[in-house]
Amino acid sequence: MSNVNAIELCCSHCGEPVLEFEQHTEELLFCCEGCKTVYHLLHDNDLCAYYNLDEKPGNTISGGIERKRFDYLIDQDVQNKLIDFTHASTASTSFFIPNIHCTSCVWLLENLNKLDDGILQGTVNFLKRQLTLLFDTDKTDLRSIVELLTSIGYEPDLKLEQLSERKKSTVQRNLWLKLGIAGFCFGNIMLFSFPEYLNLSTSSSENTFRIFFGALNIILALPVLLYSSSDYLKSAWAAVSQKGINLDVPISIGIVALFGRSLYEILSGTGAGYFDSFTGFIFFLLIGKLVQKKTFDRLSFDRDYRSYLPISALKLVNGLEESVTVEKLAIGDRIVLRNNELIPADSILESDMAMIDYSFITGESEPVSVKKGDQVFAGGKVCGMQAQMLVTKKVKHSYLVRLWEDNPSGLKDSKITGFADQISPYFTFAVLVIALASCIIWLQIEPAKAFNIFTAVLIVACPCALALSTPFTLGSATNILSLNGLFVKSTEVIEILSKTDTTVFDKTGTITDARNASITYHGSSLNKEELSLIKSAAQTSVHPFSKRIYNYLGNVGSLKPDSVEEITGKGIHALMDNTSLFMGNKQFVEQQTSLTINTKTSTSSQVHIAVNGSYKGYFEFENELRNGLSTLLNKLQRNYRIYLLSGDNEKDGERLHNLFGGWENMRFRQSPYQKQEFINALKTKGNHVLMLGDGLNDAGALQASSFGIAITDDTSSFSPACDAILDGEHLQDLDRHIGFSISSMNIIKASFVLSLIYNLTGLGFAITGYLSPLVAAILMPLSSVSVMVFTSVLTRIKAKQMGFKIWV
Amino acid sequence: MGVIFFLVLFSIAVALIFLGAFFWAVKSGQFDDQYTPSIRILFDEKISSKQNKTQTTNRDS
Repeated sequence: MSNVNAIELCCSHCGEPVLEFEQHTEELLFCCEGCKTVYHLLHDNDLCAYYNLDEKPGNTISGGIERKRFDYLIDQDVQNKLIDFTHASTASTSFFIPNIHCTSCVWLLENLNKLDDGILQGTVNFLKRQLTLLFDTDKTDLRSIVELLTSIGYEPDLKLEQLSERKKSTVQRNLWLKLGIAGFCFGNIMLFSFPEYLNLSTSSSENTFRIFFGALNIILALPVLLYSSSDYLKSAWAAVSQKGINLDVPISIGIVALFGRSLYEILSGTGAGYFDSFTGFIFFLLIGKLVQKKTFDRLSFDRDYRSYLPISALKLVNGLEESVTVEKLAIGDRIVLRNNELIPADSILESDMAMIDYSFITGESEPVSVKKGDQVFAGGKVCGMQAQMLVTKKVKHSYLVRLWEDNPSGLKDSKITGFADQISPYFTFAVLVIALASCIIWLQIEPAKAFNIFTAVLIVACPCALALSTPFTLGSATNILSLNGLFVKSTEVIEILSKTDTTVFDKTGTITDARNASITYHGSSLNKEELSLIKSAAQTSVHPFSKRIYNYLGNVGSLKPDSVEEITGKGIHALMDNTSLFMGNKQFVEQQTSLTINTKTSTSSQVHIAVNGSYKGYFEFENELRNGLSTLLNKLQRNYRIYLLSGDNEKDGERLHNLFGGWENMRFRQSPYQKQEFINALKTKGNHVLMLGDGLNDAGALQASSFGIAITDDTSSFSPACDAILDGEHLQDLDRHIGFSISSMNIIKASFVLSLIYNLTGLGFAITGYLSPLVAAILMPLSSVSVMVFTSVLTRIKAKQMGFKIWV
Repeated sequence: MGVIFFLVLFSIAVALIFLGAFFWAVKSGQFDDQYTPSIRILFDEKISSKQNKTQTTNRDS
């Protein structure tokens, strides 16, 4: 068998290694029955192009689908929430499907109509991992569609959150429209202003032309003022009416001055106005805004508790299982949960025994065993046998939800005051002083010109370049960080990241790699048959340790034992021919075999093995630290204080205290509340705290921290609310990520200097009275474009120097 | 010189048609997803089942 594995046979559907030979047809190999079924389904429907577009594109089908699970989709309430619109018998709905990963996926999902007649059209948005379907309600229904998707390996991620609100953002579209209008008017006005720049008008027709072009310019500039620039004016107005000043205030002063002065000049016939500069200015500002709006649609940064809960549960009604949405669960309902299902509401266990994995809420790595009548909490995951429970609290009032709601987001620095906004009051003040001063001086010299000079100063001091430097620098920085594993929520938060002075790490799942625990075997050696039996026994169990042992014994062939009996939370007893195997915790093996096991008391987790009444040895599990962690901590220690907060016990403390610079920097057995308080205490001392966590147990701490990073190995899976999501493989780059954010802020400051130089040059023209429309028309786009280029190029050069990937 | 008025107005009218086309494009969602269409261009209208059968077998051998 081990020879076969060496050749690496892969499933024709999903590319997983094929371990057994049973599942082949024709010359194709399949890893499991599920993949084979999907292949045949696609083959029969002439959809095999799926396999030609990308190498082995399928998703592993781990088990058959259970029809019952989607019963709740028949519920009219649920349907109404999931369906976007219905017209006659046509309905439209959209699903988030995390499994979408390649060209073949897009192709198959857009050709679903070949599998189900009722589906009229499918459209995939790859970046959002979203499938929008148009279907005929007479021929098919929501449940069949979801079942079809699940059966071919694309299970939609249906979550409660989605049911309660489905909003479609039109913000982005409006921004495009505003940009389109501004661009259109900018181009046309510039063309009409050309004769004026070049002094081409002949004396005879001068007046008619002036009136004609002036009128056209006013008509074209109006939509730009009223529609395109409305966001800036509104934001400035809101700031002023709250007696504050943000960057939009000087921008709006500039906008109003530009438009008013131009209108006055044209109406009074004294000049051509600055409408070209005005529209160009808005056009560039909107480009900046579009760059800043770049977000990672497929990632969710603002998940609340509802994302964690399943959408439905199996309720027992008169002994029959019935699928209901968890919102409808009432106190006193009996629910049945299978292996790996999350508990939706606080309940009391009615089965005799159950193993609950609370790692999600508490960070504790091992499942706890719960007895009949014990309280179990929402958010725990059932391991092993199915369990029956009596609901004692409504979903809304359960422990998980309180955990969430006791972390009001008010603790977070709710409003980000960026560097640009901080200097705005001074900037605005300086501009007004200069404008008034030059106005007063000119009143002495030449009173007729004083008003013109006043408005010219306001126009030229408009912080256009200033307003562009932040979005362009941070927009590029966001892109570069995302290429290197750090996905930030919005461009603004990069500034907060750059201020970090303290980093706090969670343990389980954050600095340890959950998927990569090291296993070592201690004791007398086991022969091949014994190993096979252990592997086979482990295969039947769903306990995390069994799974790890199974994977650890990857090359050993499996057998079909005569009987396997698992005592949940304790161990397994397997029988095969004349061999009897006991494996499990120390107590279990001692009891069952009446042996005494003498091992040194260890802090790690162990699984003991006894074969035919004699003790063999034990498997020892140790959580493996992520790659490059010690180097990262060493580097971070030079510039930042580092702490460790863990919900787990002290067993890993020994090997970690060197890395974290002593026991005083580590806290164990921390509840989610304690974690949050720890962060708040640090913040009260004036620290800017960066928190890294992964599970729900860190959600409070992540929200309390200045900058919360959720670390995940699979960016399509869920993560708690945070400011950024870090790909687990890139944890070692964290110090460089922070360093890069600091560089980005320095680039912004440098470009501020550059834009100030432009403003001062412009001021020179304005104060001396030489700001002609032509000078303004050259100076404004020049400053805007050069700041855009300066910041984008410099950010990339800096990233390259720091060893970051800068292109896809 | 009267012709200049006509030409200017006419050019604006033409430009407005394009602005309208841009509006339609935005409203019909063409700017919502700028990535997936680049994948979609790879799809053939119809790949004959015979051809793809040989391809699948080739790959596995």
